[in-house]
Amino acid sequence: MAKKRLDLTFPPRQSLKPVVYHLVKDFDIVPNIMRAQIQPEQEGRMLLEVTGGKEALADGIAFLESQGLTVREAASDICLDEERCVTCGLCTAVCRPKALTLSGEELVFDKDKCVYCEACVIACPRRAIALRF
Amino acid sequence: MAKTWEEINARIAAGNAVVLTAEEFAELAADEGLKKAAERVDVVTTGTFGPMCSSGVFLNFGHSDPPIKMGEITLNDVPASGGLAAVDTYLGITEPSLSRGVEYGGAHVVEDLIRGHAVRLKARGPGTDCYPRTEIDTWITLDDLNQAYFFNPRNAYQNYAVAVNSSDRTLYTYLGPLHPHLGNATYCSAGALSPLLNDPTYRTIGVGTRCFVAGAPGYVAWEGTQHNPNQERDEHGVPVKPAGTLAVIADLKQAQQEFFSAATMAGYGVSSFVGIGVPIPVLDEQIAETLALTDANIEATVFDYGVQRRARPALARVSYAQLRSGSIEIDGKQVPTGPISSLAVARRIATTLKSWVAERGFALTQPLEPLPQMGTQGVKPLEVRSEEAI
Repeated sequence: MAKKRLDLTFPPRQSLKPVVYHLVKDFDIVPNIMRAQIQPEQEGRMLLEVTGGKEALADGIAFLESQGLTVREAASDICLDEERCVTCGLCTAVCRPKALTLSGEELVFDKDKCVYCEACVIACPRRAIALRF
Repeated sequence: MAKTWEEINARIAAGNAVVLTAEEFAELAADEGLKKAAERVDVVTTGTFGPMCSSGVFLNFGHSDPPIKMGEITLNDVPASGGLAAVDTYLGITEPSLSRGVEYGGAHVVEDLIRGHAVRLKARGPGTDCYPRTEIDTWITLDDLNQAYFFNPRNAYQNYAVAVNSSDRTLYTYLGPLHPHLGNATYCSAGALSPLLNDPTYRTIGVGTRCFVAGAPGYVAWEGTQHNPNQERDEHGVPVKPAGTLAVIADLKQAQQEFFSAATMAGYGVSSFVGIGVPIPVLDEQIAETLALTDANIEATVFDYGVQRRARPALARVSYAQLRSGSIEIDGKQVPTGPISSLAVARRIATTLKSWVAERGFALTQPLEPLPQMGTQGVKPLEVRSEEAI
């Protein structure tokens, strides 16, 4: 089994198609929607964690692309402005999945644990954290 | 063997004083014993860098031509006090902007001034014979000002609350967002590096003490507001709840941007991180004992901010070592912890102050007046009552 995080862009006329249903039904993929902005007739975005066999994932991604979606592997979506950060650690206090932690004086971000909840973005007193999505 | 202030200052002046940070001193005392450490070391430096709301700056703008008696003053649209002399003002760091609210407040103006940015000054005046101008709209920089100095009524809290939230909704507090059902705990102290935790009974820190304020040399001007020496203390005399505070004064023009940072606490308002450090003379073994305390020896009290009353329930007592480990136990539940005070910058402050004393001859001053001691005035509540009830 493999796991990937996908950053999906839905074209405006595609946002009402039940693509997640097809990932489950046709490709035996386990989807976990981590973040989504979907509006009828507008371009939509979804951060989707998918778990499944390697071949199934490749087929599932090919299916998504065949439906007109743009599929990118989600990279580091949390952006830290190191000039502004004072390493107070308040972001670590609000990060429930412990994606942000302090290791001594260092702020460490483990993107695999991040669920993109934005709690750190809201809490940061220095406005040093941004979420790219 | 006890040392005097004069002996220590003579060594500082000669450039041969032995100066360590509080963390380094604790390590030395653990390795070689308290007695040897106390004999060998002359000065221990401390530091803290957390949000300190009760801060602000006095500014004197100089006179325009024709001059104006300023009232309704704003700096980058943040209101400053017009209730002083014609071109003097006090800008409190928590004051929000009229147009941008808490995203830009007094602290951000101060940060902009320290960074050398131009700030827009607008003011109105009544128009008098000696101050005929009624309006002014101009730009200033820190260099343009005659005087610009911090006067922070309450900095360097001696210990602080650990905050948790037992209610069923997220609370947005000055200690950061608190998740419901004890979902997290936040704390705000440099622990073993914090100035007043190293001298818990105010033996060496008092009115007139030279110190480090936001990267500038400054002084302890008075006891800080809400100074409360009568809090519960542990066997070392260290308070386990918020206790003493310092009012400090320092030249804003000498402040350094890495030691002052504006802050916006979500759902609460504007504040600022202020770097404070105090050098403490190692006069004898008694002061050495508290200087050698580590985060494992210093405890704070966990308060429930879910109870929105003046007296919040105390749920537990935990050490700073436990807090820094990432979780504490409250009523059998593991609660994740996170700081809001930067240990990294606190260490830089203690190290910078160490170099000031050891290399630049930053002399120590014996307090002119002690801070209020245990048994003196504590902190009074404000009761809501009628004039007749007094």
